[in-house]
Amino acid sequence: MPEFNLTCPVIAPAGDRVLMAHGGGGRLMHQLIERVFLLEFSSPPRGPLHDGAVLRLDGLRLAFTTDSYVVRPLEFPGGDIGNLAVYGTVNDLAMCGARPLYLSAGFILEEGLEMETLRRVVRSMREAAARVGVALVTGDTKVVDRGKGDGIFINTAGVGLVEAPVEIGPAAVRAGDAVIVSGDLGAHGVAVLSVREGLEFASPVVSDAAPLWEPVAALLKAGLEVHCLRDLTRGGLASALNEIAAGAGAGIEIREAAVPVTEAVQGACEILGLDPLYVANEGRFVAFLPEREAERALVVLRTQAVSAAAARIGTVTAAGRGVVTLTSRIGGRRVLDMLSGEQLPRIC
Amino acid sequence: MKFVDEYRDAGAVGRLTQELARRVTRPWTIMEVCGGQTHTIVKSGLEGLLPPAITLVHGPGCPVCVTPVELIDKAVAIASRPEVIFCSFGDMLRVPGSRSSLLEAKAAGADVRMVYSPLDALKLARANPGREVVFFAVGFETTAPANAMGVWQAEREGLANFSILVAHVLVPPAIEAILSSPNRRIDAFLAAGHVCTVMGYEEYEPIAQRYRVPIVVTGFEPLDLLEGIFMAVAQLEDGRAEVENQYRRAVRREGNRPAQQRVAEVFEVSARKWRGIGEIPSSGLRLRERYRRFDAETRFGVAEAGIEEAGECIAGLVLQGIKKPFECPAFGARCTPETPLGAPMVSSEGACAAYYHYGKRPHA
Repeated sequence: MPEFNLTCPVIAPAGDRVLMAHGGGGRLMHQLIERVFLLEFSSPPRGPLHDGAVLRLDGLRLAFTTDSYVVRPLEFPGGDIGNLAVYGTVNDLAMCGARPLYLSAGFILEEGLEMETLRRVVRSMREAAARVGVALVTGDTKVVDRGKGDGIFINTAGVGLVEAPVEIGPAAVRAGDAVIVSGDLGAHGVAVLSVREGLEFASPVVSDAAPLWEPVAALLKAGLEVHCLRDLTRGGLASALNEIAAGAGAGIEIREAAVPVTEAVQGACEILGLDPLYVANEGRFVAFLPEREAERALVVLRTQAVSAAAARIGTVTAAGRGVVTLTSRIGGRRVLDMLSGEQLPRIC
Repeated sequence: MKFVDEYRDAGAVGRLTQELARRVTRPWTIMEVCGGQTHTIVKSGLEGLLPPAITLVHGPGCPVCVTPVELIDKAVAIASRPEVIFCSFGDMLRVPGSRSSLLEAKAAGADVRMVYSPLDALKLARANPGREVVFFAVGFETTAPANAMGVWQAEREGLANFSILVAHVLVPPAIEAILSSPNRRIDAFLAAGHVCTVMGYEEYEPIAQRYRVPIVVTGFEPLDLLEGIFMAVAQLEDGRAEVENQYRRAVRREGNRPAQQRVAEVFEVSARKWRGIGEIPSSGLRLRERYRRFDAETRFGVAEAGIEEAGECIAGLVLQGIKKPFECPAFGARCTPETPLGAPMVSSEGACAAYYHYGKRPHA
């Protein structure tokens, strides 16, 4: 009979260095923001974190946001770092209920980058900006030594004018609100991963990268009472819902079967051991509205190409403060937690 | 989606749970061996749908969880050498050794890469003749054929810059160890379907007989697991103790013979230490003499380091199904996926991580 030695190691605390997971959109990133950035930057104290800041200036409400783009490969099915850098920032403004107006663009280029690649990316940015109707008005360029960058890093900052009549954000979410996603989830993350890892699928998955102001504008124009919007980038739907539940001090209940995921994305996730609810999107958002307006919101969203597959996935509850609960496909209930670090494929 | 939706069908699950409730007359404790099964059970909320008389406990079948801490230290030591490209499956990267994980080694400058197959590591070895490419060969019988194939291929091609760090473990000896433990409280086992896809289930038959315990080879979808539980309960209620195969669409009694042959050619059975459990005789694999030159431990001369393992983590009890993760005083407080005290809180197949992520608490 084997001797059992019932011990387990106590692990030394993680080395005090930045890990890739600190940028993964999950709990580690939140810890980094809270324990390093907000520690120094948060003055005066402010409400729940949102995708952008809303500033009051001479009676105007300006939305202001910034984002950096470090995607590899630079070009992938359905997009590239250029249009991502435009759409991502524009979408953060849209999530504040703001019409995007102006963008800045800062480039960090790696020595040896092919000029033709840069031209394609810049052209793609121009086309993306034209599609949204924003102007790229200022910029900056730096070049770093070969091996010190990944071809191109882009930072964009954006300014927009808030058109939502009341402030949109987690604090406005109420018990009973309907939870709506604007379309099928996971396509961007799977598209990028499949190119990066050289995976081939029978039906190639194309990124969902797209601007989201149009569907948001349509909701506002229809006079719908939008409480909160959040684009579902890194960390996916699960992380966004957890952030909002925490910010709103409410519970969120969703039904797994109601969350739209295409067969191609589902298949890729099954193979890779990923959960589509945590996979990044670049043209999808979640919207919170009062129950009575849910049906009309769906009708409005479905008139827009980018949100044609919008679906009601759940409800905000007064109970379960800060906790997201999921009813699985087979009817079991569990917590839908925030991602801890990065999603890592399993061994078997 | 075909081959997925039919195994997650709420209607079928509802009918089978009702059937199960009619069949159960007294309490039974069933262990699912494989961490992948644990993951499905917790993720789908299956346990909450079962009759209260049935208790599921989670077995040691998480390769990441049972890889001993000194082997992770060796991996980190090898990966930190400047000439090495260290390749590993994804979820091994975050597991803490006594000092750091592979991801932390990467942050400190080591060339650590995530791959999906040992054959990807072979490609890297071909493309980087000036570097040493090391693959972390982790897993149960499921991953052994591909890892054996990698070594076999490297030998045929004369790829001198390829080696593997072997951490292979075997399921049947672990089941026997649990059954012969004085703390035993398992009435039936769900055997790991993927392991049996390779190995078949002949080797479980003597175990079922010797210990009078039903063993059901079970798949990984919610309906597979429910059916496996149903078959195990039916045996227990009838007083039978047999090996049955729920995962018929993938598993044959004799398994995959060519895969077994490749494994047997490259590896031989050896004693292995299991993290949190201890050494189990004949429970692992090591490279045969003929392939020993592909052994990274030998090649890089990483010394046998005595690691003190102590503390409040109860992973050993969790891996044997004696305690539930939330019965650990550190669970969710001092031990979380961000600051794990033990490996089961790291891998998505680890019972503690599954309980933590999917919010399973006592009476939840």
